[in-house]
Amino acid sequence: MTALLQTKELTKQFAKDDVATVALRDFTLSIEEGSFVTVLGRSGCGKSTMLNLLAGLTEPSAGEVRYRDRRLTGPDTEIGYLTQSDTLMPWRGVLRNVEMPLEIRGVPAAERREVAAALVERVGLGGFGDHYPRELSGGMRRRASLARTLAGNPSTLLMDEPFGALDAQLRRELQEELLALVQDGGQTVVFVTHDIEEAILLGDRVVVLGGLGRILLDHPIELPRPRSADELRVDPVFVALHTELARTLKEAAR
Amino acid sequence: MNTAEGVVAPAGTESGPVRVAVPRTWWQRHGTTATVWSLRLTLVVAVLALWEVAADRWVDITFISKPSDIVERLAEWAGDGTLWLHSWITVQEIVYGFLLGAAAGALAGFVLASLSLVYRVLDPFVMALYSIPKVALAPLFIVWFGIGMHMKVLLAAATVFFLVFLNTAAGVRDVDRGLVDAVRLMGGNRWHVARKVVVPASMTGVLTGLKVAIPYALIGAVIGELVASNRGLGYLINDAAAQFDTAGVFATLVVLSIIAAALNLVVGLIDKRVNRWKPIDD
Ligand SMILES: Nc1ncnc2c1ncn2[C@@H]1O[C@H](COP(=O)(O)OP(=O)(O)O)[C@@H](O)[C@H]1O
Ligand SMILES: [Mg+2]
Repeated sequence: MTALLQTKELTKQFAKDDVATVALRDFTLSIEEGSFVTVLGRSGCGKSTMLNLLAGLTEPSAGEVRYRDRRLTGPDTEIGYLTQSDTLMPWRGVLRNVEMPLEIRGVPAAERREVAAALVERVGLGGFGDHYPRELSGGMRRRASLARTLAGNPSTLLMDEPFGALDAQLRRELQEELLALVQDGGQTVVFVTHDIEEAILLGDRVVVLGGLGRILLDHPIELPRPRSADELRVDPVFVALHTELARTLKEAAR
Repeated sequence: MNTAEGVVAPAGTESGPVRVAVPRTWWQRHGTTATVWSLRLTLVVAVLALWEVAADRWVDITFISKPSDIVERLAEWAGDGTLWLHSWITVQEIVYGFLLGAAAGALAGFVLASLSLVYRVLDPFVMALYSIPKVALAPLFIVWFGIGMHMKVLLAAATVFFLVFLNTAAGVRDVDRGLVDAVRLMGGNRWHVARKVVVPASMTGVLTGLKVAIPYALIGAVIGELVASNRGLGYLINDAAAQFDTAGVFATLVVLSIIAAALNLVVGLIDKRVNRWKPIDD
């Protein structure tokens, strides 16, 4: 497998007046094409900062991000990014939000309508196409955001704690939906979470980050798919991995 | 692209909302509105009746005139064309002044707020100019533009400009960074960001500016006429007051309020159309 997305000694600091906050230091990671990598870390350890850099939204203070062996200098439509907070346009209904990436690409109205409608249906929002984001629940907004990200047909998906704010039941449903979607689409996924179980359930590989984005652990997850959360809980491989990840996270705190 | 195959659980199963038709009677639909309007009407009738009774009985009629005289004066002016001539002049001044000031203000607001260095440099000067009472500009404007319609149009435009400018600029500078990034992620350039995020996001600010500016357009035009003119409703007020014709003054004020109400109605309609996405109350 070839490395699709690579970071080399990536450092990001935020300067304010005469001091700078370092959020990420010398971060080096390589992600293979077609893999589902979950990134686990406590809040404030630089996960969002890392994804913003991978998406090309922010400039690194030092180091570089390489995508398909090219230096990434700005956002790339091949890389879809589902940010931690919702960024649906509040003045557009669900359908018009979902078709936005196609609109910007200049796809004719009839065609993008059709694609958007299929995606909205696919993420389970059929019948809510005309609703404005504020009229939707948090889970429905996440679905709409996911549909919008997919509308751009990216080959790489970056996701920042996408289901973090949802209740357990809903999170489970959306995780399954995501796995089904990725299975069909074959995208490469970098999925950030602070939930150990979610990291194991979804990923082919889990990376644990400590402070300043230091990589504490980088472990393949060799559990057969499809994985069911209920069965996994009693699986010895899962239990061992869970324990190890929990211990690593705990040590990171010290 | 993914097809709709393997459709996942519909959102309804997440115990989300279900849409049902709500049958409402005429009263449920319009009851509150009807009550409010009938109370308003009652209030107006009561005030007018009290005024009519009080005039000349408790208060000198030279000071407060009375509703029947005012109606009579309006009818008289409507008959001989005075009303239409002067109203038309004032309406033109208000509308031109408003349009000119609003267009310039919105444009300047969008452009300057997008160039943050320029905005920071100019900000204190703009605030200083904004703080000048626009009435104080009237004499200067007479020198520059004469006592014709231009002077009133520009006086109205000067006030409208600042209100629309400041509100637009505030709206532009408040735009959610996340939304801008979302468009950048979709491959959008600066132009896409401006058109698809900044303009719609700042629409609320622009409309607030337009709304608060309406009475000022009217004030600007009428002040201009009061200071120097021989036509328009401001002139009519001056003329009537000079002859101690309070009925004439009040009649003119009635016409001015009607014009203001009509202008507010127009902005209200635009507001409704643009802000449909705002949270639904109740
Ligand atoms: N725009 C910013 N300005 C200043 N500091 C920031 C900014 N963004 C993030 N940080 C800092 O960087 C650190 C990592 O933040 P973040 O990447 O959001 O963490 P995580 O997503 O893992 O919770 C935090 O300490 C935060 O205070
Ligand atoms: Mg974060």
